[in-house]
Amino acid sequence: MANLKEVRIRIASVSSTQQITKAMKLVSATKLRRAQNGIVQMRPYAQKLNGILANLSESVDVDSVKLFFAERQIKNILMVVITSDRGLCGSFNANVIKLTNKTIKEKYFAQSENGNVSVLTIGKKGFEFFNKTTLPVISEFKDTFLNLNADTGFEIGTKVLSDFRAGKFDAVEIIYNQFKNAATQILSAEQFLPINKASFSNTTAKNNDYIFEPSKEGILEELIPRILKTQIYRSLLDSLASEHGARMVAMDKATENAGDLLKGLKVEYNRARQAAITKEISEIVGGAAALSS
Amino acid sequence: MLLDILTADKTLFSGEVDSITLPGSKGQFQVLNNHAAMVSSLDKGIVKTQSKSGNQTFEIKGGVVEILKNKVVVLA
Repeated sequence: MANLKEVRIRIASVSSTQQITKAMKLVSATKLRRAQNGIVQMRPYAQKLNGILANLSESVDVDSVKLFFAERQIKNILMVVITSDRGLCGSFNANVIKLTNKTIKEKYFAQSENGNVSVLTIGKKGFEFFNKTTLPVISEFKDTFLNLNADTGFEIGTKVLSDFRAGKFDAVEIIYNQFKNAATQILSAEQFLPINKASFSNTTAKNNDYIFEPSKEGILEELIPRILKTQIYRSLLDSLASEHGARMVAMDKATENAGDLLKGLKVEYNRARQAAITKEISEIVGGAAALSS
Repeated sequence: MLLDILTADKTLFSGEVDSITLPGSKGQFQVLNNHAAMVSSLDKGIVKTQSKSGNQTFEIKGGVVEILKNKVVVLA
C-alpha cells in the first residue's frame, strides 16, 4: 500500500502537469486561429495571380520562364522540408521526416547514393534530425515561424528559384503538412520545380484584349516567380496552422490522460487514508480493551 | 473606379478612387476612369491614389497590376 504522502505528492505533480497541458491547448487554439486567418488573407491574392496567368497561359513558352517548366535530366535534388520549431505536437514532425526519407528512397534513390540530394530545412526540428544524417543540409533559414509573413516566405522562394535557375538543382520537392482542419493534417510531398504544366495552367483562358506592359514575356517573368514564391509561402502558412492544430489535439489528449491518471490516484489516496483511519480505530479499541480487562 | 491593393499578407487598400499613379516597369503611369484593359508589371516604388476623401500613398516592392472595366487590382 502506497503511503499517503507519496500519493499526495503524485496527485499534486499530475495536476500541475494537467494545468500546463490545458494552458498549452488554449494557447495553440488562439495561435491556430491567427494562422488560419493568414491563409484566408492570402487566398484572394493567389487567386488573382492565377487569374492573370490564365490570360497568358498560351504564351508560357517564352525563354525567360521556359526554364521553370523544362524537365531536365535530374542529377541534383533539393528537398524543402517544412517542420516546426517546437515539439509537443504529436507525430507532426516525425511524419514529415518519415515521408522525406521515404520519398528520397523511392523516388531519388540513385541520386541519394551519389550524395546529390540536399535538404533545405525550415523549422528547427527538421534541422536537428537531418543535421545528424549524411545528407547535405542547407539551413540558412532559421526562426521562420517566429514571425511568419510574406517577406520571409518570399525570401526562401527567391533563394530556391535562383538556385534552380543557376542549375544547382534539377528538381525541387516540398514536404509539409497541408492544413485541412484543426484535427486533420494532410501530409504531402509536392514537386515544386520543374512546374507540372498541366496542374499549373488549368484555368480557362478568358480573352479580354488586354494591353500588356512591357510585354507578355515581361509580365510572365514577373508573374511566374511570384506565383512560385506565393506557393512556398502558402506551404509555410499551411504548415504553421497544421502545427498548432496538431499541438492542440496532442495537448487535449494529454489533458484527458492526466485526468484519468488523477482519478485513479484519488481512489488510491482515499483507500490509503481510509486504511490509516481503520488501523487507528482498531488500535484504540484494542488499547481500550486491554485497559478494561 | 474601384481599387484593391493586395499583398500576400493582407489587403492594403480597397475602395473607390479617382486616380492612381503606379510605378510601372517601363516608367511611372497614371490610371484614370475608363482606362483600357491592361496588365502591367510594376517596379519597386510608390503607389499614389487620389480620391475625394484625400490622397494616400503605399510603398510596394514590385508586382503586377490588372486594370479591367474600372476595376484595378494591384498585386504587390
